[in-house]
Amino acid sequence: MGLLDIRNLSVDFQTAGGLFRAVDGVDIQCERGEILSIVGESGSGKSVSMLAMMGLLPWTAKITAEKMEFDGKDLTKITKRERRKIIGKDMAMIFQEPISSLNPCFTVGFQLGESLKLHLGMNRAERKKRSIELLEMVGIPAPETRLSAFPHQLSGGMNQRVMIAMALSGDPKLLIADEPTTALDVTIQAQILDLLVSLQKEKEMALILITHDMGVVAETAERVQVQYAGQRVEEQHVTGLFTDPHHPYTSALLNALPERAVGRKLPSIPGVVPGQYDRPTGCLFAPRCAHVQDDCHGVVTRQSDALGNALCNHPLNAEVTA
Amino acid sequence: MIGFLLKRILLLIPTFIGITIVSFGFVRVLPGDPVLLMAGERGITEERYAALLAEFGYNRPMWQQYLEYLKDLLHGDFGNSLVTKQPVLSEFFTLFPATVELALCAIVLAIVIGIPAGIIAATKRGSFIDQSIMGTALVGYSMPIFWWGLLLIIVFSGTLGWTPVSGRISLLYFFEQKTGFMLIDSLLSGQKGAFASAVQHLILPTIVLATIPLAVIARQTRSAMLEVLGEDYVRTARAKGLSARLVVGVHALRNAMIPVITVIGLSVGTLLAGAILTETIFSWPGIGKWMIDSISRRDYPVVQSGLLLIAAIIMIVNLLVDITYGLINPRIRHQ
Repeated sequence: MGLLDIRNLSVDFQTAGGLFRAVDGVDIQCERGEILSIVGESGSGKSVSMLAMMGLLPWTAKITAEKMEFDGKDLTKITKRERRKIIGKDMAMIFQEPISSLNPCFTVGFQLGESLKLHLGMNRAERKKRSIELLEMVGIPAPETRLSAFPHQLSGGMNQRVMIAMALSGDPKLLIADEPTTALDVTIQAQILDLLVSLQKEKEMALILITHDMGVVAETAERVQVQYAGQRVEEQHVTGLFTDPHHPYTSALLNALPERAVGRKLPSIPGVVPGQYDRPTGCLFAPRCAHVQDDCHGVVTRQSDALGNALCNHPLNAEVTA
Repeated sequence: MIGFLLKRILLLIPTFIGITIVSFGFVRVLPGDPVLLMAGERGITEERYAALLAEFGYNRPMWQQYLEYLKDLLHGDFGNSLVTKQPVLSEFFTLFPATVELALCAIVLAIVIGIPAGIIAATKRGSFIDQSIMGTALVGYSMPIFWWGLLLIIVFSGTLGWTPVSGRISLLYFFEQKTGFMLIDSLLSGQKGAFASAVQHLILPTIVLATIPLAVIARQTRSAMLEVLGEDYVRTARAKGLSARLVVGVHALRNAMIPVITVIGLSVGTLLAGAILTETIFSWPGIGKWMIDSISRRDYPVVQSGLLLIAAIIMIVNLLVDITYGLINPRIRHQ
């Protein structure tokens, strides 16, 4: 049995202009000890689906799902109190902006110790000992002195390490990393990714890596799920995805990698993700798609496993896999 | 932090000099002078008027008077009242405890009710509770203090007879003022019922004086809280599995308090400077009433030195607020 099983998850936000669908019937499965990457550009609903699962969305969000199971527990049925026992312990999350994600008014030691006290009921001495171990584990030098530091006294990379240490404090079965390296320096990015992957192997936990950076995906992920405008448009193993993308959006994302640029100009995908008022009928990617055909504006079919479950009437590289 | 404090204290010197100029000039700009006002409606002959002016030294050029005032100040001499002949400093310290007692009671009431009300309004944003709290706060903020005080007196003292109309304690009790704070002195006196009487006398002035700061604190807490609740670190705190009470009461509150402390500090400053309206309505023998009386008598020494003392208190309070700031917000402490 998988660790995480989400079927047909939709999230709608109540806005002044009516309901806005941020996540549209997404399925997410994750096995124990697996690295799953969710890719897509800004506004494709990657973070929202994860926040929905954690129960961290504001009350304006309406969450519906056929199934939302984590570690054998039905997340749609449990009470808030029961969910609070899971999040921060078995299921933890780190965020994009490490500096603003830590509370500026409390020391690193306090913020780390808080989780240990809440979920593991450790006393003061145990908390201190464990906090030092955790900081050591995430590669923070002189962890003892760092406990009394405030977030603004540490660099972005160090803060992200603290966030990771905090997330790992309850020995989670699943760690969700929401664009963990986007706000960091390029050199630090690689260090943080290496750290995440090595910890994932060591702790045998599952890792869901949300990113818009195909480079990050190539380096870390095992399985990749591509999201566009709140929909899951393709899902494949990482090697297959890079050699034979089936959905035109995946292919366009790959072509937009700076490494693949020919000439002086960086390639990009024309247009932007449709918003609340310009949602097309039929395939949501059709207005930006290079391979668009007439029937794309009508019903869209979900392709088979062999074609990466692509949500596309005219998948690319169909003959290779067939 | 020490460097920061030294800098702040050094900055007080030019501020003080500025205040002496303003307080010295302000009362002399007003039409009329102490001699004319002492003479009253009976009038006064030219010669007598000139002689009295010369006696007080008010016939000399303004700059000479100012320099002499500064010289006296530097020698610790704040001057004597023209009316009571008492030293300004001792009058001030006799009246100041009454003002402090009232101001502290008011600010405590405002904080104890205002902060929780603001937090509740913010966490129940848009609800009926939020709208009721904010509506009440707006009414409180807009209420003319004079009218509000009289209304309370009519209802609670006049109609219901629950509280006394004015003063600090019932005339039945008499004891030595040891601290100047009626609540403490009445307890120390050991006289039965004295403390209860002091409390009764404090209730209405406290409510009246607390009304505006309470409304301001509630509104400021709400808006600061709303801003902080949308921050990333609040999401992190919730992602840890902390209960809503801990998220709001620990993680959000500490950050939301930073602007609220400023507002509280400003209120304390103004309240300590003497709540002029409230003290007048309730005949509360504090420095607000003292200043008003002195201005109407053109008692130059009292006004100019009194203003200086009040300004000094406001500046000290502001300095304390800045220090509290540093304690709450580590980013300031380490700058």
